[in-house]
Amino acid sequence: MGGANGAERKDLRVIGKPHRKVDAASKVTGQTKYADDLVLPRMLYTKILRSTVPHGRILKLDTSKAESHPGVKLVLLGKDLPIPYGALPVSEDEHPLAIGKVRMMGDPVAAVAAVDEDVATEALDLIDVEYELLPAISSIQAALDTPEPRIHEYGEYGNIHRRQAYEFGDVEVGFAEADFIREDVTFYEGSTHLALEQHASVAQFGHDGKLTLWTCTQDPHYLHRSLAKVLGLPQNHVRVIATTNGGGFGGKCDPFAHEIIVSKLAMMTGRPVKICLTREEVFYCHRGRHPVLMSTKTGFKKDGTITAMHHRTFLDGGAYGGHGVASTFYTGVLQPTTYKIKRYKFEAVRVFTNKAPCGPKRGHGTPQPRFAQEIQMDKIAEQLGLDPAEMRKKHLIPPNSLTVNWLRVGTMGLGKCIDKVVEGSNWKERFRKLPYGKGIGLACSGYMTGAGTPIYWNSMPHSGVQLKLDRSGGATVFCGSAEIGQGSDSILAYIVAEVLGIDPFDIRVVTADTDLTPVDLGSYSSRVTLMTGNAAIQAAERAKGMLIQAVSAKLEVPADRLVFADRRVFDSENPEKGVTFVEAVWLAEAKFGTLGTVGSYKPAPAPGKFKGSGVGPSPAYSYTAAVAEVEVNPETGIVVVPRVWIAHDIGQCINPVLVMGQIEGSVYMGLGEALMEEMTYRGNRNVVHKFPSFLEYKSPTTMEMCDVITYLIEDQDSNGPFGAKEAGQGPQLPVAPAIANAIYDAVGVRIDEVPITPDKVLKAIRAKAKGQEGRYGPTVFPRCDMPASIFVPTPEEGGDGKAVERQPVLA
Amino acid sequence: MLRLPKFRYLQPKSVAEAVRMVSDGGPDALFVAGGTDLYPNMKRRQQVPKVVIGLAQLKQLRTTKGKPAQGMVLGAGLTLTEVAEDRRIQHAYPVVSKAAELISTPLLRNMGSIGGNLLLDTRCNYYDQNYEWRKGINFCMKKDGQICWVAPSSPRCWAVQSSDSAPVMVAIGAQVKLISSSGERLLPVAELYNDDGIHHLNKRPDELLTEIHLPPTNGWRATYWKLRRRGSFDFPVLGVATCLRLTGDGTVEHAKIVLGGIGSCPIEATLSEKAIIGKRLTEETVHDAAEAAYSPVKPLDNTDFATYWRKHMARYYVACTLRELGGLPQGLPHPETENSVPALRVFSSGPFS
Amino acid sequence: MKPTKKRDNRKPAKVQICLRVNGEPVEVAFAPHKTLLEVLREDLALTGTKHGCELGECGCCAVLVDGRPVLSCLALGVALEGHEVTTVEGMAEGAKLHPLQEAFAELGAAQCGYCTPGFLLTAKVLLEETPQPSREQIKKALAGNICRCTGYIKIFEAVELAAARMAGKPAEPSKESIYGWR
Ligand SMILES: Cc1cc2nc3c(=O)[nH]c(=O)nc-3n(C[C@H](O)[C@H](O)[C@H](O)COP(=O)(O)OP(=O)(O)OC[C@H]3O[C@@H](n4cnc5c(N)ncnc54)[C@H](O)[C@@H]3O)c2cc1C
Ligand code: SF4
Ligand code: FES
Ligand code: FES
Repeated sequence: MGGANGAERKDLRVIGKPHRKVDAASKVTGQTKYADDLVLPRMLYTKILRSTVPHGRILKLDTSKAESHPGVKLVLLGKDLPIPYGALPVSEDEHPLAIGKVRMMGDPVAAVAAVDEDVATEALDLIDVEYELLPAISSIQAALDTPEPRIHEYGEYGNIHRRQAYEFGDVEVGFAEADFIREDVTFYEGSTHLALEQHASVAQFGHDGKLTLWTCTQDPHYLHRSLAKVLGLPQNHVRVIATTNGGGFGGKCDPFAHEIIVSKLAMMTGRPVKICLTREEVFYCHRGRHPVLMSTKTGFKKDGTITAMHHRTFLDGGAYGGHGVASTFYTGVLQPTTYKIKRYKFEAVRVFTNKAPCGPKRGHGTPQPRFAQEIQMDKIAEQLGLDPAEMRKKHLIPPNSLTVNWLRVGTMGLGKCIDKVVEGSNWKERFRKLPYGKGIGLACSGYMTGAGTPIYWNSMPHSGVQLKLDRSGGATVFCGSAEIGQGSDSILAYIVAEVLGIDPFDIRVVTADTDLTPVDLGSYSSRVTLMTGNAAIQAAERAKGMLIQAVSAKLEVPADRLVFADRRVFDSENPEKGVTFVEAVWLAEAKFGTLGTVGSYKPAPAPGKFKGSGVGPSPAYSYTAAVAEVEVNPETGIVVVPRVWIAHDIGQCINPVLVMGQIEGSVYMGLGEALMEEMTYRGNRNVVHKFPSFLEYKSPTTMEMCDVITYLIEDQDSNGPFGAKEAGQGPQLPVAPAIANAIYDAVGVRIDEVPITPDKVLKAIRAKAKGQEGRYGPTVFPRCDMPASIFVPTPEEGGDGKAVERQPVLA
Repeated sequence: MLRLPKFRYLQPKSVAEAVRMVSDGGPDALFVAGGTDLYPNMKRRQQVPKVVIGLAQLKQLRTTKGKPAQGMVLGAGLTLTEVAEDRRIQHAYPVVSKAAELISTPLLRNMGSIGGNLLLDTRCNYYDQNYEWRKGINFCMKKDGQICWVAPSSPRCWAVQSSDSAPVMVAIGAQVKLISSSGERLLPVAELYNDDGIHHLNKRPDELLTEIHLPPTNGWRATYWKLRRRGSFDFPVLGVATCLRLTGDGTVEHAKIVLGGIGSCPIEATLSEKAIIGKRLTEETVHDAAEAAYSPVKPLDNTDFATYWRKHMARYYVACTLRELGGLPQGLPHPETENSVPALRVFSSGPFS
Repeated sequence: MKPTKKRDNRKPAKVQICLRVNGEPVEVAFAPHKTLLEVLREDLALTGTKHGCELGECGCCAVLVDGRPVLSCLALGVALEGHEVTTVEGMAEGAKLHPLQEAFAELGAAQCGYCTPGFLLTAKVLLEETPQPSREQIKKALAGNICRCTGYIKIFEAVELAAARMAGKPAEPSKESIYGWR
């Protein structure tokens, strides 16, 4: 273990300690400036007119009345911004304002810049739009059944955006080896991030031809690229400053229409322009959890060995591509990271529908398949008469191994995680032994610590850090990462402080400003701690090297005896002998001139070499096990979750209290998705969103939140900074399936879809009482022609990670 | 930011002035107490009064008078927190303070008034939406449109009476005092409501609600069970208020069972009442009363939860209220009711109360 | 409340009111249909008060009016003439943070920080009225504030920590809340 990233160090002074966050003081005093808190002189305000039809051609768009409304400065239309964009280069299918056609209720059609929000709102009603209605599609089945009219002119065919088919080893061989085969169809409803902060942006365009955009984005770098492209500006004339995000959860990753709109309006009016979306508009931005219909066919032996899995998914993508192609991969690629699966086939289809576009939400594409897999594991254990915890433990992926689909797993603490929650929940005494109405259930998961490949192809670092040491004894860390509440700013300070032996609060952190900070790809895929952390270690070690040279020369102490701690640099054999950190900086600056270093990080190349192998690889995988306790009222179907035990393999806590917060927050979000959150539409009523409001989109309050008993498993991974892995997303994954499994333990019915609402539970209980199957969930899995799978021999079969022409073993 | 439309705001100094202002203001004038119903509606442009007359300053509306034996009188302007926390009310009319405490959130209860709660606009998932959303379905007949999207062939609006205190006040037989420039009247709360989502109140716009007269506490007992998704914030999607008077041997002498949150007005479950009057409360009679509540309940798809389940829950909740009042063991935890013995352990207060 | 001179017929005349904000008398003029939330943020530059829905459905706009936590998005600015308003900016005493603010900072109870002002102010009143609240009482008191980041647990723990310290106990967060269970 170990190496340049410090994973071997034992004498940690900052890392692993519960320091305050560097932004804590400003957050608890209301001083933190979020995007909507910014005010610039002469600022204009924008409101967006949005489509009132789900699918239609714009026949008429008359803005004359709005333009002459007093106080209105400009009305912007699609034709003013003809260049398309999108989060992924393969699906640049969005325009900031509709050009000729709208694809969903809430699609932006025109934007008004006015002296205040009231005037802009009034002007919206003065814009005259006429649409020719096109048939609208509101479900996966409808998208498959309705090739015409197409929502987009690109994609596979009809309204199918994307099909992916992979086969790792011949699954038919695997099924032939199995003692049993079972196929389960499950559904995971869509849900949204519901960050408290509504998206807001402020743009300013200078007479020097330079644009500045302050906005609550998680990914300033990708936004920077999109903005320059759509606005036709050189990238070096565009500056994106990501303001502190009031919650992100993946909902602020895509470049958004409103960000481009205010930028363009600032360019055209010469005045700063602001927008803050309403909650309803935030629902239309969405990019949340895809509704996914899944079929999981698994072959297994009497001891639970999985000989083959054929996992198929249909994703309801909504009206645009966004990150959807990546999401599609994620509904299958991480399945093999937890248990050994000998052969694995994965087919996924993403369809377009006339609904708000889906995308990355906490766990990006993986909570759905984990739900499918983990409730199936519970069924398999029951079928085999095995204890689900024991069975899972027996078939874990070994550490430092390759999965069937060529993902390299490093440390793997899932076994320890299972042990902890089993012990803590008193599993052995309670599982299948509690009185009717009470139950406990277990589920596990694995998640990546940062995507191995960037969104656009390039071979540059994923994260960069610049470090400036100054004569005051302080240091400033510059990094492009965006603070969304996860503590990314603080991580930089802790790490640099650890390496340089100073206090985290001696350090200033400057982040997420494309003019000032080196690129970090963004706050997504749980990549920030690992990647910026490694870059920060490198920068700090380089600075330390310069200080060592200067101090060693001055004190005449060999370099390898110098220790950095307590704001001093001293001789480990004679701690009295040393200089203060400030003196060290002076000495080094005298020796080398102005002090500054850089660090960067790029993940190692992935072992898989087939087309599409870029999605799934990660420098490290985190693991989680959870046991949920439920109380089900069999007369009403109401489910209460009093407690969740959760153990998470974090590698190494950079700051344990922040890790705890991420885990508890993940349990919260998992609980919400399991029991109540859903993005639903009225297909028969113009495909309106059923309830785009904070009140009717149900998010658990303090009254629903369960107790959380957390265990931190520190199984350091040599790829992580000081051994750290992720905590922000993985812990959400086992929560929903653990609850579903616990409900089965409590009342003997399977709820094979989320959210698990009381009406569904009651239906299943009643069906069971009538002697029918005690189950609620999807029963049919649609058909769709699939392309031939990309066939890749497994590592076990001696493959080299490349795809081959398929050679069926079974004739 | 969702903002209020423009309007004129008046602050009367007395009840008389308030009444004068509203009659001067004509149909475009509305009272506002806590504003927790009116202002969201105005921000969504469901209601767009030109003149808004603020009642918060009127001390006369903030008093509690009278003795339980003769019946207490609550000022319409008391906040829900005040109603929930007032010791006298808690003691003499626990059902009233409980109902108030079950409304929305602590923050909202510090603002919302008990009078405003009785006069709450009816609710519907097609109506409680922003202007832009409603434009997207071409509006509905409750505001700006022609059709009812819940029941398109229906000539009427089915928006739901969603006040927690309304069914309680109807069940216990409270009255309201209404004052206008043409005089004042005392109206049983039961007669305040109409079975129509649009014309849901038998109160003229120029009438000011000043007082709520609670009946004398002469031996009746009442309870209120509220169904909602979460333990706070949520409106009732079903509320069952039951008021009984039992004779010495436990025979039901008087019964009022009133259902809220499932129709445009509080609905009296007369068949359920019949099923228990003159009888003692046993599992059997409770069952009969509960069954009798099933068919009159016809929830529509315009609130939270599946309609079939809400209908089922009406039956269940009626039974729960009767068991509670009859001292029979309970099946479902009812966190807000101390005297119930839940079969399942109550954790926090559970998502459904 | 007195209307200032009418200037242009499109914009309604502003009203001017006097109130106390964070202990200081303030005079402020604004359009009469503005909510307290808008007046605080836009006319008094007190942007510590946040908004997540403007309809009373999230609780992040909570402020204290005469010491009671209310939703500033549903309070009309003009109706506050003569009242006392406390925002998060007024919680610290001079340079000294309120014990709740300290506890929130210590336990990471402010993740994105957007819900934090509302929670802090609501909890402040809870501790004034119930100095040693049980977990259940904390849950009930904070049931009108939504947080999407923390799962509330660190918030509950921070309120308990602050309560203990305000009672003069030298309390520290429990090991379990920082390092998890063993
Ligand atoms: C998020 C949210 C959740 C809610 N949850 C619930 C809930 O669970 N249960 C529930 O019952 N309610 C709920 N409400 C609705 C509402 O807040 C309460 O019913 C509250 O009691 C209304 O009182 P108010 O004083 O704020 O009413 P206002 O908004 O001031 O007034 C409501 C109506 O009554 C009229 N009015 C008010 N006072 C008088 C008077 N004295 N004389 C004549 N007319 C008058 C007004 O003109 C207006 O039409 C909720 C509201 C919100 C925003
Ligand atoms: S019930 Fe019908 S008419 Fe009434 S508010 Fe709802 S949709 Fe509109
Ligand atoms: S802004 Fe959401 S309650 Fe006020
Ligand atoms: S800390 Fe982000 S919403 Fe509470």
